[in-house]
Amino acid sequence: MISITNITKKFDEFVAVNNLTMSVKKGEVLGFLGPNGAGKSTTMKMITGFIKPTEGFIEVKGMNVETNPIECKKLIGYLPEGAPLYGDMTPINMLKFVAHIRGMSSKEFKKALDSVVVKTQITDVVNQPIDTLSKGYKRRVGLAQALIHNPEILVLDEPTDGLDPNQKHHVRNLINEMGKEKAIIISTHILEEVDAVCSRACIIAKGKKIIDKKPSELKKIYKNKNLDNIFREITLSK
Amino acid sequence: MTVLLNIVKRELASYFSTPLAYVFIVIFLTLIGSFTFYLGNFFARGQADLNAFFAFHPWVYILLIPAVTMRLWAEERKTGTIELLMTLPLTTTQAVIGKFFAAWIFIFIALVLTFPIWITVNYLGQPDNGVILAGYVGSLFMSGAYLSIGSCISAITKNQVIAFVIAATVCFIFTMSGVDIVLNFFKVWAPEFLVNTISSMSFLVHFESITKGVIEIRDFLFYLSVIVFWLFLNVVVVEFKKFN
Repeated sequence: MISITNITKKFDEFVAVNNLTMSVKKGEVLGFLGPNGAGKSTTMKMITGFIKPTEGFIEVKGMNVETNPIECKKLIGYLPEGAPLYGDMTPINMLKFVAHIRGMSSKEFKKALDSVVVKTQITDVVNQPIDTLSKGYKRRVGLAQALIHNPEILVLDEPTDGLDPNQKHHVRNLINEMGKEKAIIISTHILEEVDAVCSRACIIAKGKKIIDKKPSELKKIYKNKNLDNIFREITLSK
Repeated sequence: MTVLLNIVKRELASYFSTPLAYVFIVIFLTLIGSFTFYLGNFFARGQADLNAFFAFHPWVYILLIPAVTMRLWAEERKTGTIELLMTLPLTTTQAVIGKFFAAWIFIFIALVLTFPIWITVNYLGQPDNGVILAGYVGSLFMSGAYLSIGSCISAITKNQVIAFVIAATVCFIFTMSGVDIVLNFFKVWAPEFLVNTISSMSFLVHFESITKGVIEIRDFLFYLSVIVFWLFLNVVVVEFKKFN
């Protein structure tokens, strides 16, 4: 569903992503790991067409993101870094705006709204201005706007950041469940999340891919050390 | 089309969901009203027209329109919602035009609310309502030109205050470019065709001829081309900034 081929992203002299190649198939949840500044968010911005790679190309369902941006964007649900939202709107109006831009009719929107609001547990706050919501609710409204059109591909930048343990558990279950029929990329710092939801882990540092394996294989290679230690070993050694 | 409509709707709603819209409208009406009566001597002139009213529109626009446009893009960039917006299936052009139209409709509403002055002048005498209508349409077109400048400049920065100050300055320059103070500065060194070009760019000159009742298509075309030019620049700026 997503195939990234040799992408490099430079900001002036700084190389944020360095010759990265990876792919995500339907039914996979790819955990995108790496220290801060490793290039995770930059890569996600390129997949969703917000920024263009300096070199290389990205294909979504066989379509090039650069030459066919609108069609690609239709297929993707995206939760950007920090879950930015229009603070002056209520969640319901914000979701309506996103749904209508995505070409859904009012009828389709109502149907989708009911299920998304329940899935992301934001029923209680749908009519409150987003500015007044807590961090956890904001994150889940961000998640809801990514899910509203039931996309085939989900790109979620730190979907559980700012959630309490119960909410984290719930969102992980949600991702697990959706992972069966979608292609999902999540970025995270929380390594237990990889065990909990990811079918594959891709670790990058300084813009370079270091490892791309199933969590179970990782443990095998590193002799059952826990993920924290593996992560430290990999990202600090390079 | 639906995309455009939805952007216009959202932007317009966001004007009215904050006090900005109400503060703007009240100040706009107060300023225009007091200028018309105190500086323009609306009554003392003893003429049944709205020249004293329209004459101050450019000055009020210079001050207030940058306040309407400063948030259009600067706020999106500051809060990061630009990433959300630009990863939805829409083109930059649609987003730029949608935001511009929302702001323009807002100014249209403010202009409509000046109707008491039109009633007043009709009550006191028999003005040429055709000329008044032309004045209103001209003012609306001129406001569009100011808005397009403001919108483009708002896309340059994250900071709304900077967006306001720069936009007000650029609007001022475009308004004044037909006035001798500005032209004298160029006359010393610039060739004549350049001086003429600069002078023909003046918002003031084109607006004055419209409010005098000299309705020429080219004055409206002038504002339209200014709008198209700045919105085009706006698209370029948004695209350029996005990738850097």
